[in-house]
Amino acid sequence: MSSYRIQGTTGEWEVVIGLEVHAQVTSNSKLFSGAAASFGAEPNTQVSLVDAAMPGMLPVPNAECIRQAVRTGLAIDAQINRWSRFDRKNYFYADLPQGYQISQLYHPLVGEGHLEIDADEKAGILEAKRIGVERIHVEQDAGKLMHDQHPTRSYVDLNRSGVALMEIVSRPDMTSPAEAGAYLRKLRAILRYVGSCDGNMEEGSMRADVNVSVRRAGEELGTRTETKNVNSVRFVMQAIEHEANRQVDVLEAGGKIVQETRLFNPDTGTTRSMRSKEDAHDYRYFPDPDLLPLELTEAFVEECRASLPELPDAKRARYVDVLGISAYNAAVLTAEVETARWFEALLDQGAEAKQAANWVMSELFGALNRLGKSIEDSPVSPAQAAELLTLVTDGTLSGSLAKQVFEKMLETGDSAGTIVERDGLKQTSDTGAIEAVIADVLAKNPGQLEQYRSGKEALFGFFVGQTMKAMAGKANPAVVNELLKKALG
Amino acid sequence: MTNLTDLGIAAIRDGFKAGDFTARDVASAFNEAVAGAKALNAFIVETPEIALAAADQADKDRASGSLKPLSGVPIGMKDLFATKDVQTTAASHILEGFVPQYESTVSGKLWNAGAGMLGKLNLDQFAMGSSNETSFFGNVISPWRRNNGDTAALAPGGSSGGTSSAIAARLVPGATGTDTGGSIRQPAAFTGISGIKPTYGRCSRWGIVAFASSLDQAGPMARDVRDCAILLENMAGFDPKDSTSLDLPVPNWEAALSTDLKGKRVGIPKEYRVDGMPAEIDALWEQGINWLKDAGAEIVNVSLPHTQYALPAYYIIAPAEASSNLARYDGVRYGLRDLPDGANLQDMYAATRAAGFGDEVKRRILIGTYVLSAGFYDAYYTQAQKVRTLIARDFDQAWETCDLLLTPTAPSAAFGLGEKSDDPLAMYLNDVFTVPTSLAGLPAMSVPGGLDALGLPLGLQIIGKALDEQTVLNAGLAIEERAGFTARADKWW
Repeated sequence: MSSYRIQGTTGEWEVVIGLEVHAQVTSNSKLFSGAAASFGAEPNTQVSLVDAAMPGMLPVPNAECIRQAVRTGLAIDAQINRWSRFDRKNYFYADLPQGYQISQLYHPLVGEGHLEIDADEKAGILEAKRIGVERIHVEQDAGKLMHDQHPTRSYVDLNRSGVALMEIVSRPDMTSPAEAGAYLRKLRAILRYVGSCDGNMEEGSMRADVNVSVRRAGEELGTRTETKNVNSVRFVMQAIEHEANRQVDVLEAGGKIVQETRLFNPDTGTTRSMRSKEDAHDYRYFPDPDLLPLELTEAFVEECRASLPELPDAKRARYVDVLGISAYNAAVLTAEVETARWFEALLDQGAEAKQAANWVMSELFGALNRLGKSIEDSPVSPAQAAELLTLVTDGTLSGSLAKQVFEKMLETGDSAGTIVERDGLKQTSDTGAIEAVIADVLAKNPGQLEQYRSGKEALFGFFVGQTMKAMAGKANPAVVNELLKKALG
Repeated sequence: MTNLTDLGIAAIRDGFKAGDFTARDVASAFNEAVAGAKALNAFIVETPEIALAAADQADKDRASGSLKPLSGVPIGMKDLFATKDVQTTAASHILEGFVPQYESTVSGKLWNAGAGMLGKLNLDQFAMGSSNETSFFGNVISPWRRNNGDTAALAPGGSSGGTSSAIAARLVPGATGTDTGGSIRQPAAFTGISGIKPTYGRCSRWGIVAFASSLDQAGPMARDVRDCAILLENMAGFDPKDSTSLDLPVPNWEAALSTDLKGKRVGIPKEYRVDGMPAEIDALWEQGINWLKDAGAEIVNVSLPHTQYALPAYYIIAPAEASSNLARYDGVRYGLRDLPDGANLQDMYAATRAAGFGDEVKRRILIGTYVLSAGFYDAYYTQAQKVRTLIARDFDQAWETCDLLLTPTAPSAAFGLGEKSDDPLAMYLNDVFTVPTSLAGLPAMSVPGGLDALGLPLGLQIIGKALDEQTVLNAGLAIEERAGFTARADKWW
């Protein structure tokens, strides 16, 4: 349970949140037509006769879209309905060529499922929590109206018309903006692991309708409002924050919450009323007579199941239990599929797991951060990184030398081995050379030597530092330690 | 030389193949007949040049020995089928001037089989009507007239009224129809021709302007049963572009035609004896029973207990689907757009659809919208779907004791234009015998059986099991042979 409460003038209020996430299915073509479904093409260049709803055109389901939705359902441990059906949702709008959206109201493809959000004390999520998913259904996206092309007219771009969406409907199980944020991030991670949606909220391939109500602790659910089409995790959290506080203000002023659809304004972080329930459309849902019920074979579902990758929770547990990686590192390394993919490529090259995890977390993330790059665009490949780590393991490089070599790898793109050879950055374990340097260091610092010998053992580090400095960082620190101890008696 | 327009499809095909005449001769003869029959208003668009081009191709193909199944045969195309580069209107103002860039699957198959197009045939607007009085392009007139000196214009039936009129008047040897609740069978009965609605899913609906998707089915209309079989073979077939199309091979119906009905049991459904049906129709039905007996069939009495609910269920389901199917005619992308000064989007929709749809279409959109509305959906739509299931079960039960059913096609002979157009319910009653089969998706055909006292044709309907078009055609042929129906409308146009 979240500790999140709204402090009103009359006391505390709980917030109840449910999310309907629209996730664009990753597929080459649209849900019911062969037109391409890629983002960013010139307006009206990805429109088939079906998408434009020409007379006599008929929808034919795209098996890949169905497959992706089933895989998504399996990934959240949901019931897969072997029999589902498409319904028409009827309304008029210029971006909706058919005059109806083909969706699934009565018999969705995917039934009850759930996902886990993690404890995050900083965010007020005191313990891990299971969030229910009521259903996932597939439906068509609409086109897009463009109001900025002409002073008095609006233009319609039908590229998106007919693209497959999954509507993922949560249970009203979230009780704080942070929980909603965590749910969205987790859902996005799962979708990206599964590969059923790219999760790109900026391009609109994932957007959320946010249902919010407030109540006194222990009371019945309050009347909810639905804020439509919020397109980032941060905005969803803002929308909830604002909407919950607005509702508390209304209720405490003696008013009533109206069930209504609201719009979020990202510039102000506020919501405003779009239409009330009284003005709501009567969508006249009915089974689409152009389509037969969707019947899935056991084999199809099993094929979908077999195609699922290891999912974030399982992967994280394995990192901790099998690879011995710390819980924190495992959480970070598995949060995004690209990170996990990169990390596992590194392991595949032979890197040792804990060492590799630490290196990715500190060195690689640090470098990527500085360069403003994502891990997919990392200038150093997993194979190159593995070579670097091997040079550390076999004693060729010390930790500090490895840092230097990595910097040069980032600058030049050369391999670690090349850089070590070319720049002479190999660490030395030559005891004779190191002993000579130590002798020199001790001779140059008689005062410190005197103090050390009279019991100020903390000066050991000083001698290590002086020795390493004199050897330009290339001495093997373990050997230096050992020889210094001997020399200092 | 025979008058080429007196020939049916098989005769044209065979005569052309035998070298009795050229395809150009045939096309020219029919083009001339079409051009001379404006009074019937059977065509929305005449395409004589397309017919001639196909004929010339057929003549070439004959010379090179590469004849196709319908080489040399010109036909009419109901204007519900999208035809590439030829205006396709569904007899509506809202699609007036609409020229598709695509060809419907069924029409495309016919052209690929070598047929040529004489023109686009008139119909009830969006196939909604039983008299062809709802076309934006004017009523189609039946070539038939009463034999009592009354020259009143008669309905050719609907919605495939242009098709029935054109075939009866020998403007085309055959043509396509579509049947949602009887739109092939009733006009065939009214004009003394044959027509078959195959099993739902036999013919692709792709490219046919949709009326009610779960009921719409294309089928052929022609002068006789064999011609229907020939056309149907070239219209049917699986189409991956239509999810409801049946993935089954197309039988060779023509080759398997047989009038021997030995071993077949013909069911006579008692519920089709409706009050107020003219005695002549009852008598024809009895006659039909005797003809089928004569052909070797056994006659059994059957019951289809939910028949009386078929018409109300149909007039809920069909308008419900239509109200949604016709939403795409909104003035945004194609067809009519009425954009009054200062109009917003809603105004444009309202103005466009008010001007673009006729009264009957509007009536059905309103009915359909109503029955799907929140609060009414269960009472109407859900209930109608249950009835539909019961109707289908009635037929399934009947098939336990019989192989096909024989009924009248329509409860009356052709009526005069205007006689029923003010009374939608009386008009809807015309479909009482044809609608149950549509709801069950079964194959059914109308063949002419005789004339009533006023000299007007009456039809008999044969209903078959799903996918058993062959038995339906065979029974139709058995009746055809015994009825010896040779009457034709005297040319007055």
